Amino acid sequence: MTDALDTLKAAMNAATPQPNAARRAENIALAQKNYDHIQGTLDGTRPTSDRPRPGPLSGVRNMLRSISSRAGLTVTTAIVAVGIVILTPLGDNLMPKRAGDVPFVAPTTQQEPLAVTEPKVAVPQPIPAPMVEMAAESGAVAPAASRAQMSAPGTSQLHSDMPLLTPETNTEAFANADANPVQTTAETPVSTFSIDVDTASYAVIRNSLTTGQLPPKDAVRVEEMINYFPYDYAAPTDGAAFLPTVSLSQTPWNPDTRLLHIAIQGTAVEVENRPPLNLVFLIDTSGSMQDASKLPLLKQSFRLMLGQLRPEDQIAIVAYAGSAGEVLAPTSASERSTILAALDNLSAGGSTAGQAGLQQAYATAAAMSAEGEISRVLLATDGDFNVGINNDDDLKAYIADKRDSGTYLSVLGFGRGNLHDATMQALAQNGNGQASYIDTLSEAQKVLVDQLSGALFPIADDVKIQVEFNPATVAEYRLIGYETRALRREDFNNDKVDAGDIGAGHQVTALYEITPTGSPATLNDPLRYGTAAPTTNDSDELAFLRLRYKAPGTDTSQLIEQPITASMSADPSFASAIAGFGQLLRDDRYLGNWSFDDAIALATQTKGADPYGYRAEAIQLMRLAQSLSQN
Amino acid sequence: MQTDDDTLALAAARGETSAFAVLIERQYDRLFRLCFRLTGSQADAEDLTQDICAALPGKLRSYRAEASFTTWLYRLCVNAAHDRRRRAATHARAASGWGEWELNRRAEIDDSAQAIDWLTTAMRSLPDDLRDTLALTLDDMTHAQAGEILGISEGTISWRISEAKKHLSSLRQEDRP
Repeated sequence: MTDALDTLKAAMNAATPQPNAARRAENIALAQKNYDHIQGTLDGTRPTSDRPRPGPLSGVRNMLRSISSRAGLTVTTAIVAVGIVILTPLGDNLMPKRAGDVPFVAPTTQQEPLAVTEPKVAVPQPIPAPMVEMAAESGAVAPAASRAQMSAPGTSQLHSDMPLLTPETNTEAFANADANPVQTTAETPVSTFSIDVDTASYAVIRNSLTTGQLPPKDAVRVEEMINYFPYDYAAPTDGAAFLPTVSLSQTPWNPDTRLLHIAIQGTAVEVENRPPLNLVFLIDTSGSMQDASKLPLLKQSFRLMLGQLRPEDQIAIVAYAGSAGEVLAPTSASERSTILAALDNLSAGGSTAGQAGLQQAYATAAAMSAEGEISRVLLATDGDFNVGINNDDDLKAYIADKRDSGTYLSVLGFGRGNLHDATMQALAQNGNGQASYIDTLSEAQKVLVDQLSGALFPIADDVKIQVEFNPATVAEYRLIGYETRALRREDFNNDKVDAGDIGAGHQVTALYEITPTGSPATLNDPLRYGTAAPTTNDSDELAFLRLRYKAPGTDTSQLIEQPITASMSADPSFASAIAGFGQLLRDDRYLGNWSFDDAIALATQTKGADPYGYRAEAIQLMRLAQSLSQN
Repeated sequence: MQTDDDTLALAAARGETSAFAVLIERQYDRLFRLCFRLTGSQADAEDLTQDICAALPGKLRSYRAEASFTTWLYRLCVNAAHDRRRRAATHARAASGWGEWELNRRAEIDDSAQAIDWLTTAMRSLPDDLRDTLALTLDDMTHAQAGEILGISEGTISWRISEAKKHLSSLRQEDRP
């Protein structure tokens, strides 16, 4: 006798009808339409031109601001009341609403309760997110999962042409590549990369962890985490631009390998003797910058920075939203009140014509520059370039072209939710600049006050590092981080190939995990039919370090060479604790059983002097990550 | 050779329109079949499929290939079906598919459809959770896959299947004494 289940299955197969062809086409078209709609609203342009302009209106604005009479209070109260009616759910009930009026809710994740007013329209029930744990893992999407408003037209066709509400997913994009694999020295003895002085990744990670989420894996760039911290490296003497320091230490997570620590200390510029600066603040005033963590923080940050400038320095401000415009003509840094008034007048609104802004900023910088001065564009944005060139590659080409004019470009990222880290990286790397992410006023203090000289004064351009390992002593090696900075071997000697730049006082640290020959930690077995010739050299050097850099403004590079021997050993450093922490967040395949506990222990042990409290903060973040990763 | 669904889904999640078009075209029939098993009527299945089609583009953006696309899609489908059932319960005419109304209508249309009637009765007699489980396993999902989709253990699935079998065999004994 057949199983009841088999009978049921046969019956079910017989009963299952073919989908109705017309409905099928209709449904697929609907899916396609929604898909295009979502894609379109992400990339599409919404050009409006509401960039604030100084002029007759600014007088009125100032007047309104200073009104405190009873009449004035009545007016402002009325405005607030209108705001409540328009912007809040309470108001929604008071206002008549047509079904077609459902606004497209722009994707925002960080400020849900205020920014999004859920329309009380007959939107069918939300479909529960299929994978809640997945949403939680993907960071900022989590709040969206529980309140996703998805347009799912029901049985009737009544709603079918209603504009769609997309869920509030974030539109952040991070630049990263796969983690560097272990290389066999016999096959690829040479490793080449460009230095990277950015620290944006660490600040983004801190922002994620302090808001209670593990950072997206792609947001973790280990080298930027390491380079965030000041280390006690020997300073260059007799006029050299920088001094490399090499040391070897025990790998914290693997007793059978060593960590090769290559550090570069840039020379410090004496503040008294520094050349005059021409700074163009290129400020994104698009609607997305409204958030408290964006434009207001930006204004405060620049205010901090003004105190560090001298009367010879010139400042101009270009704002861009729907269109770009000069807000402040080049002004001496001593005219604080003029500059502060111009900053205060900025307000957010409209879309982001990043390209037009960049063009104008570069033109302004070119007009300001004079012999012996340094020109730099400081772009402050949340990364959303949605008008004009919005393709990373085209932007790169444009910036690379402008780079040759001698103007540097630095990028300051603000806010979360639509942080286009990839675009910011592309801009800073190609503009000979530095990308930083500013999430708090204390980070602004670090980037724009404490390390201002590094951020503004280049001391060496196109710094490339090449390490050749000796197959007789090193079986395998792995570069930790620098995935987005890899260079081809032949690019090292090619002065046309762009690389990272070092500013005054900058420090750059690169770590290799190396496996000595004969170590039980060797991962790759030797090839049975291998063609690698047995190594004949009897050198006991581990590797050979080559460094190339250009003095700012020159076209030919200079070479520094140094052998690396096993005698350069040192104790494990704070940098190795951070490297381990970064890998735990990113990809811990090479760490074995090494855990957050070990990272915390090592960081605490190697903390040393910590005048600014950065390291104590890092340990706190490790503890947070440890707790979060247990959920 | 075809690109597999997971790769297509990831490409679509990144914004490649052509990948999405191929994906929805390829998955539609399969999706519809499961919707039919979950709802039990063609009309409801078409509507449920429409719900899913409308929501899929938005959901897809959070697809990270942590589960296979089929598993992910089925989970979406089962959740959408639950949701519809909950909504339908508030409707007066409320057929959750295998309901009284549908049964009567079918009986009127075709008295001779004995097998399908039996199927209708059988499915209707099952509680929702058993019916979902059965719908998935009838769709050639293994117990492990069904468990992943419903978010319960494989053991629970096996237990539910045996419960469903008990139901069905008791039903058969009533049917054919």
